[in-house]
Amino acid sequence: MIKQIGEEIDKVFGPGVAMLADVGLQDTLIVAPSRLRELCLWLRDHPKYYFDFLANITAVDYFPEGRFAVVYNLTSIPFQLQLTLRVELAQDRSLEQLPEVPSVSMVWRTADWHEREAFDLMGIYFTDHPDLRRILMPDDWEGFPLRKDYEDPESYHGIPVKN
Amino acid sequence: MYTKYNQGYQQYLEKIQQIGSTEMIINMGPQHPSTHGVLRLELITEGELVKDVIPHLGYLHRCFDKHAESMNYGKSIPFTDRLDYLASMNNSHAFVMGVERMLGIDDKLPKRVEYIRVLVCELNRIASHLIAIGTYGIDIGAFTPFMWCFRDREHIMNMLEWASGSRMLYNYIWVGGLFYDLPVGFEQRCKEFITYFKPKLVELDELLSSNQIFISRTAKIGVLPADVAINYGCSGPMLRASGIKWDLRRVDGYSVYPELDFEIPVGQGLMGEVGDSWDRYKVRVDEIYESVKIIEQCLARLMTDFARLPDFDPRAMVPKKATMKAQNYYVRAENPKGELGFYIETKDKSDIPLRLKARGPSFNNLSVLPELGRGVLIADLIAILGSIDIVLGEVDR
Repeated sequence: MIKQIGEEIDKVFGPGVAMLADVGLQDTLIVAPSRLRELCLWLRDHPKYYFDFLANITAVDYFPEGRFAVVYNLTSIPFQLQLTLRVELAQDRSLEQLPEVPSVSMVWRTADWHEREAFDLMGIYFTDHPDLRRILMPDDWEGFPLRKDYEDPESYHGIPVKN
Repeated sequence: MYTKYNQGYQQYLEKIQQIGSTEMIINMGPQHPSTHGVLRLELITEGELVKDVIPHLGYLHRCFDKHAESMNYGKSIPFTDRLDYLASMNNSHAFVMGVERMLGIDDKLPKRVEYIRVLVCELNRIASHLIAIGTYGIDIGAFTPFMWCFRDREHIMNMLEWASGSRMLYNYIWVGGLFYDLPVGFEQRCKEFITYFKPKLVELDELLSSNQIFISRTAKIGVLPADVAINYGCSGPMLRASGIKWDLRRVDGYSVYPELDFEIPVGQGLMGEVGDSWDRYKVRVDEIYESVKIIEQCLARLMTDFARLPDFDPRAMVPKKATMKAQNYYVRAENPKGELGFYIETKDKSDIPLRLKARGPSFNNLSVLPELGRGVLIADLIAILGSIDIVLGEVDR
């Protein structure tokens, strides 16, 4: 299944947009961030695959390397297929310039809250997101707690954070 | 200060400040009993009508993802219990399946272990659905079902306490096996419970399902079309009530579910339209009937083919140290609330994950609330929120 999808993507989008990753357990495509949204739309509406259900979005931090990844787990409900998309982002971990990925919340509305969570906890900026603000942490929290080099602040509004 | 990265928050503040002169902002929660926990809803209302719903989460955020990155897989199991604390067995079952798949021991487990897992998971599913139905009744104003549900749930809690030593947060299912075998006489007591419970369930069903007041409050309220449900990532009873036959126990066929006989109830719109609040309630009731069927089959197999042996050790396959190579895996399982997923990415030669993300079904099911809540009455919003059946432990993780 995955080889067929890879070949069709090469035909439609040209080579280099999606590469097969041979990581064993589940079918994974490594996608270039620039064409992500078109590719997601194509995968969602393709009559043979119909990946209409976005199960999960995960942001991964590869500290100490300056590298992040965003992982999309797709499911096709009519054809009972699963596919993993992976976007690799190279970035120098500065807080002034966050790594950027196009938002897919107009393709699947699930992505709205999942992307907000990834932004909140990992500091990935999703361009063209309709409502990108923190979701689990307070709105005025500083830093991105799920990054491996994150350090807790001493206090928050006068409340000691560390016991 | 207006920067690129706080744009969303500034836009939200502007939206709140620019409401019309006839509109009013009402805060519902985080201490409101009908928000089922510490959920805060900001409603923009005009008279009795809700014009917009803005959910605010995070009051119960316990940093599950961050904790899991600093301890090995076995130690994470008690934390997974606390995600959906009404269905702890199902949570640990899903997590444990993922770790076992990555270790490559998922198909080598003894059948007795698998059947015990399914048995306790289905018992816990009944307990979770009983809470959903009981608290939904109390949201609508029916008090009796709440008492009846809690009375029957207490029997399940006592049984699971007997098996695991804890009433709600069990840590019973371990990677590669179980904490202990079932106590002697558990199967018999479980059988007696099922005999007791079956007529009670019919009684409960009759009390609420055809109650005219209940129907008027729930039928044709919060109709969720199937395409919207899929697009918002709704799963479990939410998705099935919209008419989609999608149950991971059948789709993935994990554990011993392929050997068991059960139906997948879907919403039929008997009282109104397909996908309304009444359908979501009814799917849960029907699922209890199916869980009872599964439990009966599990008990029959556990008392005959896979009966207790004196030398049976449920911890025989538990790895001393769950080291694995660098890989990633997304495991999913059917929880009472929907699809619970864990995305696990491992480091090379380490028993501590590099990244572990829990995909709570309630988190996704709740995200459809602004869509359902626009243009309804405030009282109906309570009915819709209750029918979604969220658990805040899982929304905030």
